[in-house]
Amino acid sequence: MHIHKYEKIWLIFGIGSLFVFLTIIGVSAFAKGNQPPSCLTTIDPEKVDQTPPFNKPGLVKTGDNEYQLNMVASAFSYTPSQVEIPKGAKVTINVTTKDVIHGFEVVGTNINMMVEPGYVNSFTKTFDKAGEYTILCNEYCGAGHHMMTARIKVVDKQ
Amino acid sequence: MNETLKVDRRDAKLALAHIYVAFIALALGGLAGLLQTLVRSGKFTLPANISYYTILTTHGVLLGLVLTTFFIIGFQFAAVSRTAGTFSDRVRFWGWIGFWLMTIGTAMTAFFILIGEASVLYTFYAPLQAHPGFYLGLTLVVVGSWISGFAIFAHYARWKKEHPGQVSPLLTFMAVVNMVLWLVCSLGVAATVLIQLLPWSLGLVDRINVLVSRTLFWYFGHPLVYFWLLPAYMVWYAIIPKIIGGKIFSDSLARLSFILFLFFSIPVGFHHQLMEPGIDPFWKYVQVVLTFMVAIPSLMTAFAMFATFEMYGRSKGATGLFGWLRKLPWGDARFFAPFVGMLFFIPAGAGGLVNASHQLNQVVHNTIWVTGHFHLTLATTVVLTFFGAAYWLIPHLSGRVMTKAMNRLAIIQTIVWVVGMTFMSGSMHFAGLLGAPRRSAFSTYGNSPQALEWIPYQIAQAVGGTILFIGIILVLVIVTNLAFFAPKGETEFPVGEVAETAERTPLAMENWKLLIGITVALILIAYTIPFIDMIQNAPPGSKGYKLW
Repeated sequence: MHIHKYEKIWLIFGIGSLFVFLTIIGVSAFAKGNQPPSCLTTIDPEKVDQTPPFNKPGLVKTGDNEYQLNMVASAFSYTPSQVEIPKGAKVTINVTTKDVIHGFEVVGTNINMMVEPGYVNSFTKTFDKAGEYTILCNEYCGAGHHMMTARIKVVDKQ
Repeated sequence: MNETLKVDRRDAKLALAHIYVAFIALALGGLAGLLQTLVRSGKFTLPANISYYTILTTHGVLLGLVLTTFFIIGFQFAAVSRTAGTFSDRVRFWGWIGFWLMTIGTAMTAFFILIGEASVLYTFYAPLQAHPGFYLGLTLVVVGSWISGFAIFAHYARWKKEHPGQVSPLLTFMAVVNMVLWLVCSLGVAATVLIQLLPWSLGLVDRINVLVSRTLFWYFGHPLVYFWLLPAYMVWYAIIPKIIGGKIFSDSLARLSFILFLFFSIPVGFHHQLMEPGIDPFWKYVQVVLTFMVAIPSLMTAFAMFATFEMYGRSKGATGLFGWLRKLPWGDARFFAPFVGMLFFIPAGAGGLVNASHQLNQVVHNTIWVTGHFHLTLATTVVLTFFGAAYWLIPHLSGRVMTKAMNRLAIIQTIVWVVGMTFMSGSMHFAGLLGAPRRSAFSTYGNSPQALEWIPYQIAQAVGGTILFIGIILVLVIVTNLAFFAPKGETEFPVGEVAETAERTPLAMENWKLLIGITVALILIAYTIPFIDMIQNAPPGSKGYKLW
């Protein structure tokens, strides 16, 4: 099939750009580890309260400056609803739900996860800036969806 | 092609019936949209305890599913009847069956939403559980659309039989591609509704596999947006050249772009599920690569459109690099509205690439940026093109002509739409970058300073929403006039001719076994392994919840 010369130039440029974009995404994801939250761990959504670590939700120190933050989402709240994190801490957030699908977004960061019944989702982030962060549910979960929120306080180390 | 060709009266009635339902959906869904932007401004609360989420579900279902599907099927019936000849009585009969099934299904779905039994939004993610009537209504809409699809296939098959060795008319070919795309992708939503959601909502089974249901939904959900877009491309490729007095740049490249849409718009659903647990990131990336491939036919379309415009302008004596722009018929709403739609597709498409990129998606996922994005793609590009098509299609079908005054009103309507959408979608994009969530009623999240920053943008959305609602009133005035009150007369159904310089179309492009074979192969490559993983490693299922 004949393609006009100008169209060839246009398509080579266009398709070339797409491959550049894909390479950037791919290198960032596979070489630098910037993968989207894709945890494969499963959990019985009706036994969240008895299943560790979600039987004791909250911040747990796991190493030098390393923490795990285990959170439980349910209509229409997060447990715990307030968390203090020392500045500079590397935190792995694990989150699951007891009922329907929820979102887990920390406003102003790239922490953004779907929380689905039966699964744990997880993302690791270093909190370098002190201040207050809002956690909110960004996936519709029912009448109180827009009231579903929690806070993270990043505080300077004592 | 013969210019006096008219759509047969009986086929016109069938097409018009679809278009009437589409515009009724626009009126009601648009009102719901206005109310949402007002609620989100924080200055207004809904009366009589009406829930924001009931209104939101109404808006999404009526505009995302009803307006689009009805307009598209009505337009395609008209286009196929115009270019491949009048329907047989049997084809038309099945077309009416499809219409009534879809209409009854819509009424049923709307009823259960409005009585508050189905505030599950138009994506109806389990384990939120709606009344079985909601799922049944949606099933009827989909089954009705399938019947209409098969009616079009039957008519196309007859044309091929009567014209051996000939290339089918471009518009008919495009309508067939779009209905094949629709059929292949809606199998996914039919599977989750019929096998999972309906039995579960009826209490026949207790639990549902949430991730499988969502995956089947998004297997359908992304090609759905191409099912909306392709009819707009039909107008751009095959009709706009005739309206401006130019020629179709290339028949075979137009067909090739539609074939690429068929291949690449389905195996890409994971880019809606990038933030999701339970799916290996490798398979997410595979589908992101395929998602980027679907940009190629859009790049081809952009080239073809502007080539047509420039060729036409130069044939009228335009000189200089951009002199041809001045020769275009800016005062003709049939051209102006779709042209503005094309322009808006440039930022819309760029935003789409952002959404499909892992790391950027993490910033915007489920924020109101996404809502801003599809109010550019669907609610501007596609909808303005549909409006532009309605300005000749409705009078052609109703045996009337558009007056100069109505044309002027249609130009104003387009400008009103641009202003309203710039405010609304623009502020949605900005608020989304600041983290404002989509699909949420007004909230300050306990006076969070970050949430308070979004309020000015939410007020801008309400201003934009109000202007857009004025735009909806204007288009309803025009459409009502064209259907019932405009002066009687003959309006042309414009169908473009191919430029003399273009090459002949290879017949291999209509080898459906090959086309559908490649489509299915790509779907199997993208989905088989992750889907087996989902089922093998499935967690305990979920009970239904009614949390509204």
